[in-house]
Amino acid sequence: MDGAMILEWVLKSVFILLFMTAGFAYTTLFERRMIAKFQARIGPNRAGPWGLLQPVADGLKLIFKEELIPAHADKVMFVLAPVITVIPSLIVTAVVPWGGVVDLFGRKVPLYLADVNVGLLYIMAVTSISVYGITLAGWASNNKYATLGGLRSTAQMISYEIAMGFCFVVPVLLAGSLSLVDIVEAQKKIWFIFLQPGAAIILAITMYAEVNRAPFDMPEAEQELTAGYHSEYSGMKFALFFMAEYIKMIAVSMIFATLFLGGYHFPFVDQIPVIGPYLGPFVLLAKTLVLLFGFIWVRATLPRIRYDRLMAFGWKVLFPLSLLSVLVTAAMVLLVK
Amino acid sequence: MTNIREVSVDELRHLVSERALQGETMLLNMGPQHPSTHGVLRLLLELDGEIVVNCIPDIGFLHTGVEKSMESKTYQKAEVMTDRLDYLNPIGNNLVYCLAVEKLLDLDVPPRAQAIRVILAELTRIGSHLLWLGTSALDLAAMSVFLYTMREREKILDIFEMVSGQRMMTTYIRPGGLWRDVPVEFEDAVYKFIDELPREIEKYHDLLDENELFLDRTKGVAVITKEECLAYGVTGPVLRAAGMAYDIRKAIPYSGYDQYDFNIPTRTEGDVYARYAVRMDEMDESLKIIRQALDKLPYGPVRSNNRKYVPPPRSEIGVSMEALIHHFKLWTEGFYPPRGSVYVATESPRGELGVFLESDGSPKPYRVHYRTPTFANLQVMPILTRGQFIADVVAAIGSIDIVLGDADR
Repeated sequence: MDGAMILEWVLKSVFILLFMTAGFAYTTLFERRMIAKFQARIGPNRAGPWGLLQPVADGLKLIFKEELIPAHADKVMFVLAPVITVIPSLIVTAVVPWGGVVDLFGRKVPLYLADVNVGLLYIMAVTSISVYGITLAGWASNNKYATLGGLRSTAQMISYEIAMGFCFVVPVLLAGSLSLVDIVEAQKKIWFIFLQPGAAIILAITMYAEVNRAPFDMPEAEQELTAGYHSEYSGMKFALFFMAEYIKMIAVSMIFATLFLGGYHFPFVDQIPVIGPYLGPFVLLAKTLVLLFGFIWVRATLPRIRYDRLMAFGWKVLFPLSLLSVLVTAAMVLLVK
Repeated sequence: MTNIREVSVDELRHLVSERALQGETMLLNMGPQHPSTHGVLRLLLELDGEIVVNCIPDIGFLHTGVEKSMESKTYQKAEVMTDRLDYLNPIGNNLVYCLAVEKLLDLDVPPRAQAIRVILAELTRIGSHLLWLGTSALDLAAMSVFLYTMREREKILDIFEMVSGQRMMTTYIRPGGLWRDVPVEFEDAVYKFIDELPREIEKYHDLLDENELFLDRTKGVAVITKEECLAYGVTGPVLRAAGMAYDIRKAIPYSGYDQYDFNIPTRTEGDVYARYAVRMDEMDESLKIIRQALDKLPYGPVRSNNRKYVPPPRSEIGVSMEALIHHFKLWTEGFYPPRGSVYVATESPRGELGVFLESDGSPKPYRVHYRTPTFANLQVMPILTRGQFIADVVAAIGSIDIVLGDADR
């Protein structure tokens, strides 16, 4: 381990953090413009060309807002909750590979921060933490709506996480490794979505629940619980919850692209002379954008599911189906061997 | 003013169960500021987890005193206030008031005015149902439908603006007829609208009827039976969705509704989906009525010729001394109706909208009372929501289509 290597890690970490934060800002703009298109509106277009400065304006406004803490709130938890929610979503993409190993500044640089050999377990562990933030926020706010939102969030988590875990097992079985780099490399010939479309669909559904997006946005449920767990939050603390939601959206889109859509691979792209190997990150980004569009499309179209229905759906439909797809995959892998 | 105050949770204690007082269930104050209580409805919910044990509706946050204020104005001037009651059905509010005044005075309305009244009243019904569809879909978080329905409703408001110069508070219907005849482009504009709307309604069906999540949120939710509806005086689509084909346009026809051929859509399930389906079908029936009325729209005057009660047309005032005197007397002093009281009921988009008018022979009404559908329909909230989830409370509020301006006068 030399100094340059540490510098490389620091630079990559900083880049990921900055990319995710900037990505959050522009995902909000992307969503608002897209939903406006769906709804025959124009959307934000005043700040800068195509509203490109709108996220900056929103951010500045939120920074200067007064931070209110309700009188009987649990102050420590109240302040801690947004942090607990946002940090996991920032660090979860550390194990997602952006590309293969490329030559940069005369060094061989792998385009991923960490090739952990338990990469998928890391993702499972980290994403589960952020639910604590939401539950604690609901609990600490001393607000009945927020409490209900927090409770819903816990109920929601136990009903989709198992199915999600089983869907993670499918690419692991197919690639024979928990490392995301190995999983992507195993998809060089054929993407896993073509081998196991069922598991991919189930994972896509649980993804929406994971990031609390429509139609599974029960913890927030504006029409029912005013704003759910973040009813009492204002200013930057509110922005952190918002940030967590959108960063998680980007993160799970990247994870899905990595697990089932071949990650940074795209047919014939790496055969392009000279720049071919450097295009990996752009391929991943394009896939992420398509998946983000899916999130927005669903939000513009579907009504919210009721929370007892989500639990029934999670336990009675998704759980057996994902188990089945694991069994089928395992049998497939055995037969091929 | 000292008598006006908010009812605190403590004062509603006698309405909640013992379990709430012991802290076993949670009391949740939903509204009057809440995104889904359609204005300023307040619900005190007693919750066991997410399940509603009891629901106590509390109204009065939008009380305007319109009925009382009308007593201090002459009959013509009081009408202006009626637009403000049910702000999604302004034409209907005018219409029922004018029908009551006409019944009191025994005035005849020319056929052309009657047909135009029907067209406008049905347009208002469609507009109100469109807004209801958008907001109640929004309550279930199907957000795009709201924007689509608002866009279509805009076209109806454009028609109102064309005939009266006002988009919502028109006061276009007057005792004895209309304020003035419709402009020449009116017929084409309405034809264009009723030709276009069915395609849009088809889109709403595509977005909602074929959506498994929407059906899941509406079918079997917030059920009410026909008997309960009758016991609480519930009318309109809520009653028809519970299986009773009661529509005042058919039962006690007014404004010539008996000349038109239309059906009363009914369902028997009495749930949120049934109410949705009834209103969607009603829009189709309203389109049918509008088309029939337009096809045989007669020509002729739009105001009664009875100069004692109805002001003369503008063109006569310049040439006729008599007309000038009538105009002056009517607008400064008002007219003197016979003593007595009348009640007239109409079918508003929400149910039976009636006016009780008591006259003491002076130019100002002694008492005006609106029998409003929202007020009666809101009473069944506890029945609709008992044992349901919080998410269904929102669906239930949306499905009975409340307008708080209608409940609080």
